[in-house]
Amino acid sequence: MTRFFAWTAFLLGVLFFVLPLVGMTEFSLKMRRGEYSFDAYRRVFEDQRFWDTFSYSLILAGATIVFGVLLVVPTAYWVRLKLPQARPVIEFITLLPLVIPAIVIVFGYIRLYNTSSVLPLTGSALGTDFLLTMGYATLALPYMYRAVDTGLRTIDVATLTEAAQSLGAGWITILARIILPNVLVAVLSGAFLTLAIVIGEFTMAALLNRPAFGPFMQLLGANRAYEPPALAVIAFAITWGCMGLIQLVTRFSKHERAKV
Amino acid sequence: MSEAQLRRPPKRRLPVEWLGILPFVAFAMLFLIMPTMKIVIGAFQSPEGGFTLQNLIDLNTDSIRSAYWTSIKLSLITALLGCAAGFAMASAVVFGGLPKRVRSPLLTFSGVASNFAGVPLAFAFIATLGPAGLVTLWLKTEFGINLRAMGFNLLSFWGLVVTYLFFQIPLMILIIIPALDGLKREWREAAEVLGATGAQYWRMVALPILFPSILGTFALLFANSFGAVATAFALTGPQLNIVPIKLFAQIRGDVLGNPNLGYALAFGMIVITGLANVTYIVLRTRSERWLK
Repeated sequence: MTRFFAWTAFLLGVLFFVLPLVGMTEFSLKMRRGEYSFDAYRRVFEDQRFWDTFSYSLILAGATIVFGVLLVVPTAYWVRLKLPQARPVIEFITLLPLVIPAIVIVFGYIRLYNTSSVLPLTGSALGTDFLLTMGYATLALPYMYRAVDTGLRTIDVATLTEAAQSLGAGWITILARIILPNVLVAVLSGAFLTLAIVIGEFTMAALLNRPAFGPFMQLLGANRAYEPPALAVIAFAITWGCMGLIQLVTRFSKHERAKV
Repeated sequence: MSEAQLRRPPKRRLPVEWLGILPFVAFAMLFLIMPTMKIVIGAFQSPEGGFTLQNLIDLNTDSIRSAYWTSIKLSLITALLGCAAGFAMASAVVFGGLPKRVRSPLLTFSGVASNFAGVPLAFAFIATLGPAGLVTLWLKTEFGINLRAMGFNLLSFWGLVVTYLFFQIPLMILIIIPALDGLKREWREAAEVLGATGAQYWRMVALPILFPSILGTFALLFANSFGAVATAFALTGPQLNIVPIKLFAQIRGDVLGNPNLGYALAFGMIVITGLANVTYIVLRTRSERWLK
């Protein structure tokens, strides 16, 4: 009896999740009348805007990841080593982006850094790109910080630091050559999650008026029939790829540790 | 701590150590706290810059009230259904005697699906339940069921509910499976030894223990859908009257005709998602006391 209900609940759930995936895949193949074809994908890949916006978002994701790692790893390390009393405050700050909706944060950016302000970041394309990168770093902060902090928990930060210091290492050497390699798996997990969040992000990019992949998808969705589901398939594949990579690096690290 | 560090006078040490988190604090101030404060302060400012409550009072119009109400209803319903369906699937996998093999793929898939929100998700549902979608056509040709005639329209409130569930249910699964794993086998055995039935065990032991984590996740799901813009925008365009869409239009083109009213609208969002998340954090700490 329990088993019957369990299977029913599980299969209904699976059906709910599989149908939209089948739906978008099937729809994306229907562009040619009467037969399945990859025409919609061809159209998407022939569109220069696809490549422009996609590479723009990819570059921004890369910048966000580099900035996030440079910001989060030293901070989380330092808090663990020297400032355990600051932990609750830092953790609270890293959770704030889950509390304050992205649209409110970007609204604040637009009003705080507009052309008539002290720091007119939205005045130039490069400034706006910088602002958008900071916005993405904010969105990714809860996940990045959690991942790195969990990674740091598994290593003995104090002993490693003292050992490195007694061998004459400075702070930068310690961070780059001792701490970072030890939490690399956590950093990579955070990085792939950041990529998954940033690549199709819509709200911030649209409101800051930057040519990112998310607004491009929305624009195409409003004007075309068959390309949008093809884009959805591509976006789903990217998300799946990012999650797969996270699992891969995690499994790889377990393997490594088992060998030692 | 080394002896050399202990010997140093504490007064000189303290500020130097706090310098280590200066970059982080600067980042948080510039790109998180100050922008938010700008909105909060703006909500209490008149166009001339003086203090006023007029903006919050002005929120009380039919259009804005109904936007908040629709948003709250949408978030409550998707959180409720998301929790219920997620709990059903999670407990089916943990207790229902399903093969162990399904567990790990379900968790992986939940990780993917909870991040598969926004514009592409809207496309997936249009291709499935939209006017020319796979399921819509299939029901029509095979069973003669016309979803549209039955009053279902994807580009409406209930369409949005169904679509949001695609990321709400997996989020519930991701959070609740560890909590279900935390239920100790001994508790069930102890209850059975004392003569409890399965239903009694659930009603009197398991659910009270799980209750804070379920309610906490509920709050998280609520905030999650309350702040979502992209899915709704890609699905229904700018016309659906919910708060995030209204704010989006306000930021783009000052549709309310009063910038400070825009601040107040955003401030209302912070208050509501803030309350939901405070509930989440409080209940989470309470539930962690039991589930170790």
